[in-house]
Amino acid sequence: MKTQDLIDQFGLTAAAGKAGIDREIAGGYCGDLLSEVMANAPIGCVWMTIQVHQNIVAVAVLREMAAIVLAMDNQPDLETCEKADREKIPILLYNGSSYELAGKLYAAGIVNETADE
Amino acid sequence: MNPARATQELKHFRADTHIHTCLSPCGDLEMGPRDIAAQSRHAGLDMIAVCDHNSAENAGAVMRAGDRLGLAVLPGLEICSREEVHVVALFETLESAHQMQEFVYARLPGENQRAVWGEQIVANEKNEVLGENPRLLIGATTLNLYEIVAQVHACGGLCIASHVDRPAYSLIGNLGFIPPDLDIDGIEVSFRVPLSRARESVNGIAGYPCVTASDAHFLKDIGRAWYGLQMASPCFAELRMALKGEDGRKIIAN
Repeated sequence: MKTQDLIDQFGLTAAAGKAGIDREIAGGYCGDLLSEVMANAPIGCVWMTIQVHQNIVAVAVLREMAAIVLAMDNQPDLETCEKADREKIPILLYNGSSYELAGKLYAAGIVNETADE
Repeated sequence: MNPARATQELKHFRADTHIHTCLSPCGDLEMGPRDIAAQSRHAGLDMIAVCDHNSAENAGAVMRAGDRLGLAVLPGLEICSREEVHVVALFETLESAHQMQEFVYARLPGENQRAVWGEQIVANEKNEVLGENPRLLIGATTLNLYEIVAQVHACGGLCIASHVDRPAYSLIGNLGFIPPDLDIDGIEVSFRVPLSRARESVNGIAGYPCVTASDAHFLKDIGRAWYGLQMASPCFAELRMALKGEDGRKIIAN
């Protein structure tokens, strides 16, 4: 599944980084402590968080993420959008919780390699 | 460089610039202003700062209690940003701290539930209870870090990121690394990290003035971490110079 498919299937809105929406998604992750996400998020994943600071883009670049989803209607800072555009990291908005979306993504087959082995 | 200041005799002082009182819901009820000052003196400290969660309402009482004992007490707050990063804000005067407090209060939603979070006691320098703060002091403000730093500076204060070595409620824990454009005056490591080894223990703090503090919530913890300061006298203006390394003032890792 690609990021564009996520947008189409789950009612997400792309707020920034639209140049990167053709990437294949390789797993998912939820977390709001960026140090922890930086250490543990699967490479190529879609990441659900409520943090909006521009450091989320740096974390996404480090983990080569397919996309960041801001849950609970959180809006990215202006600097975050600018950085996401530069780095081609899609920032998607979701009005429900990370939990809810993670459940839907899991059911749709987005699972982490280590999780189902 | 100020020649008059530079020629002043510099001495070494012990500072613990992050101490809570009984106003913080997580602070022990024994943390009354009088006893905090006495315990700080007992622990050999020359200067402390009172930093309750999102409030400075007990700072004046500890300052007055400290005056009687020859202890320098700076008024401060430990402010929680919307990213849930804790930062210590230190001020020269109680008026400045209260100015910051009003700014914070206007952006701090919620009411305290004492059964859940604990009591928030406002007390005087004799440890007498004056009342209880009804706000959700343990909560996060709606302010982002940049807004907090800007307002602290507008009030004439210093902004130090709390316990950056901790996994949560910390600048590095929550945001992964220190945003290079954040105009922070210093960073604090917790008592768990010896100040002399802080730069090798915590990644990404090399460019920042670094202090340590007890973050005491109990009397016995006051001074469990402290840092040395080489400066002319224990006061806010000298601390500011020491953080900047001006005119011979500096932080000394103990």
